[in-house]
Amino acid sequence: MLTIGTGNKAVAAAVKAAKPGVVAAYPITPQTEIVEQLAEYVTTGELESRYIPVESEHSAMAACIGASAGGVRTFTATSSHGLLYMHEMVHWAAGARLPIVMANVNRALGPGWNTWAEHTDAFSQRDTGWLQVFVGTVQEAYDATLMAFKIAEDERVLLPVMVNLDGFTLSHIMQSLETVEIGDFLPAYHLPHAIDTENPCVYGPMTGPADYFRFRWDIERSMRDAKGVIADVEREFAERFGRSYGPTEDYRCEDADVIVVAMGTLGKEAEVAVDRLRDEGIKAGSMRLRWFRPFPDLDLSGREVVVIDRDYSFGFGGVVAHSIRSKTGIVPYSVIAGLGGQEVTYNDIADFVRNRHPGEETWFGVSDHV
Amino acid sequence: MYEIRIHSRGGQGGVTAAKLLALAAFRDGKYATACPFYGAERRGAPVVSFVRIDDQPIKIYSQIHEPDLVIVLDTSIMDVVDVLQGLKSGGTVLLNSAHAIAGCNGTCRHVDLTGIALAENLVVAGSPILNTPVLGALAKMDIVTLPSAEQAIREMFADERNVKAAEAAYEELKV
Amino acid sequence: MPGGGGAKLSLQMVTNVDERSVNNLSAIPKEEYLYKCTSACAGCSSSLCLRYVLKAAGPDTVLVVPACCTSVIQGIYPGTAMNVPVYNIAFAAAAACASGLSDALSARGKETNVIVYAGDGGTVDIGIQSLSGAFERGTNFLYICYDNEAYGNTGMQRSGSTPLGARTTTTPGGKRTAKKDLDRIVEAHNPPYMATACSAYPLDLYKKVKKALSIEGPKFIHILAPCPPGWRYPTEKTVEMGKLAVKTGTWILYEREFGKLSINGPSKAAMRKPAPLEDYINGQGRFKNLSPEIASEIRQQVERNIQRLSREEAGIC
Repeated sequence: MLTIGTGNKAVAAAVKAAKPGVVAAYPITPQTEIVEQLAEYVTTGELESRYIPVESEHSAMAACIGASAGGVRTFTATSSHGLLYMHEMVHWAAGARLPIVMANVNRALGPGWNTWAEHTDAFSQRDTGWLQVFVGTVQEAYDATLMAFKIAEDERVLLPVMVNLDGFTLSHIMQSLETVEIGDFLPAYHLPHAIDTENPCVYGPMTGPADYFRFRWDIERSMRDAKGVIADVEREFAERFGRSYGPTEDYRCEDADVIVVAMGTLGKEAEVAVDRLRDEGIKAGSMRLRWFRPFPDLDLSGREVVVIDRDYSFGFGGVVAHSIRSKTGIVPYSVIAGLGGQEVTYNDIADFVRNRHPGEETWFGVSDHV
Repeated sequence: MYEIRIHSRGGQGGVTAAKLLALAAFRDGKYATACPFYGAERRGAPVVSFVRIDDQPIKIYSQIHEPDLVIVLDTSIMDVVDVLQGLKSGGTVLLNSAHAIAGCNGTCRHVDLTGIALAENLVVAGSPILNTPVLGALAKMDIVTLPSAEQAIREMFADERNVKAAEAAYEELKV
Repeated sequence: MPGGGGAKLSLQMVTNVDERSVNNLSAIPKEEYLYKCTSACAGCSSSLCLRYVLKAAGPDTVLVVPACCTSVIQGIYPGTAMNVPVYNIAFAAAAACASGLSDALSARGKETNVIVYAGDGGTVDIGIQSLSGAFERGTNFLYICYDNEAYGNTGMQRSGSTPLGARTTTTPGGKRTAKKDLDRIVEAHNPPYMATACSAYPLDLYKKVKKALSIEGPKFIHILAPCPPGWRYPTEKTVEMGKLAVKTGTWILYEREFGKLSINGPSKAAMRKPAPLEDYINGQGRFKNLSPEIASEIRQQVERNIQRLSREEAGIC
């Protein structure tokens, strides 16, 4: 069905289609609309699910862990401080190999209180063993959430997936949204190690170094396998529903001399900047990084690269810029922009490209450059 | 691309007006986005919402700095906010006012949305509802078609008086 | 209405015949769900309690265990002493994990018992928030706190449940504040069933677990579980120490069904004529060198508690 909706409503609609057995969540701006909508679906009976009104995000993830291990599909949503408050359980969910899906509406961290978009919340969870995808449109929020269940529940993966969307900029914007009849796209939930009193097992007991080490390697092996699973699921999704995605969304990159790498809505805005730059004769392209974990293999050889980080690792640098540098060997021009919802327009992005200084780092609106 | 900036006070329905407008444009077969700018402000504070309408998919998420159309749902805001800032030359202003207001450059129109809402008794928690009648005015200005405006209103509100109010605004606005 | 806190209350309060017939230890089922190969300390009463809890619950039971002595007692991977599924979870998260598990099993049409088996630190301190949340939202489960009055698993640091005057590794001069009154916190949630128990009275514990599991909604049992290395008494005195706790009125055995209090057998006598408090205190190294002031305050606390519960049961409030 073709309609228009917000990023939050799109996520909720996808979750409804996925029919989780349990939704456990705690409200936080700007995610609240997702859980309100799901509570509404459960109340009206449009979604046959248990909605667990937990008292904290730590408990939200703990309840999802119990439910997922108990043998049902499970969803939660959070943002910013909520994500950080559940951090311990975020690790636990991955270590327990539970295919929980969580929407994280990217938001800055206090102090001061700031409810606008930033990616530092998600990146602070990047080493937990969760798959992380960042979306750029309302439609993609819907599609990625649906695919997240299928990817997470694949027996080659069995790891949780975090779907990230920019706070307000995407969570609250109205765009066109096509919902689908998912049919058998999502198979019935099957967790090979679900709790079964007929076959009593102990989960997560004291574990010595040798076994523990093997379990950690097993997470990494699945993370590597996940790349292929993601490709398979995205291909099947394209065949069934006509919309295709990849580890990155590349725009006018084929013959580009300089490529802008950004994530989320800034990655879409960058495409407009690319068009403007092309009009000026600058052969620019845009590569919107969708998957952050597992980190994709990128081909940027022979190009200049401008990375926009809506995040920062203090005392180190932009997380995406340094990831690109470490994975490709390319030394990018690192622009730190959009923290705490700072407005970054396509004109600003075009300026980043025009005034690039590879190897340097600029804080938009603060540094001398730009 | 046609870009619209809506000025209102928190609680007056500016955000919903943006959503209704985007939905109506979408029902006209266009691409449309509505993005309210959420500040930390509460009820009564000046707020701004943005609507973009285009024949192509819209990739811009930033605020609208050079609008084609400025809508002012509460003219008292004009004392504290420069609502005309960045208005394109040849751009249009639509005021919720029974009278013309001096000092508008570009094409300045006015319609008494508050009076129309009160006439239909469209009042919620003591405030007249402005977001549905304004759709009628925008249809008169050919931003959206009247059938799509009415469809959008019906999709979001069950009370048929909203449609009547839009029709009244359509009739009342002089173009 | 007393007991109004649980969202999914039912009035299945009737004790079944099988249960009533269990009036001595020999009638308790022979089946074991906690095998002899535990990693518990010698004289551990917590593992003794777990054995009877599981006998009462039976095989269609899942145990949720946060960080506590039972994390170790259950055995080291890949071995285990457990013959029911055990879900180990982070310190603060047991009750919330049980909420998810309980709803998932119920969504799958199962009537499996979900039992949290948590220590005092994981209950009265770091786990109090999730405990409160689960009771408020009416999770259908049984939460058991086995209370050895300190963080035993990490070597006896003080917890909120450590009593006044007790020496722990973080209260080397003796704890200067009173034991947190967990039961009154839980009571404030109006659960359909809550009870206290003690490791020295396994039959009483067995019956209470049975009764709790027959009731829909959030249930709570608080077990006093003496700990030889932590309390510093000889291992063979573990049962005696539990009995002294009850006989001196330091620990009172009771049940609260839909808010209504009933004091249980051994405590009735103890409350009328408590054994000398010194019998309990002097046998434990943790209370060595108590100042007269602290000793007197401990005595007053015990007396106040006895009076409060006696008056409540007698309807004098």
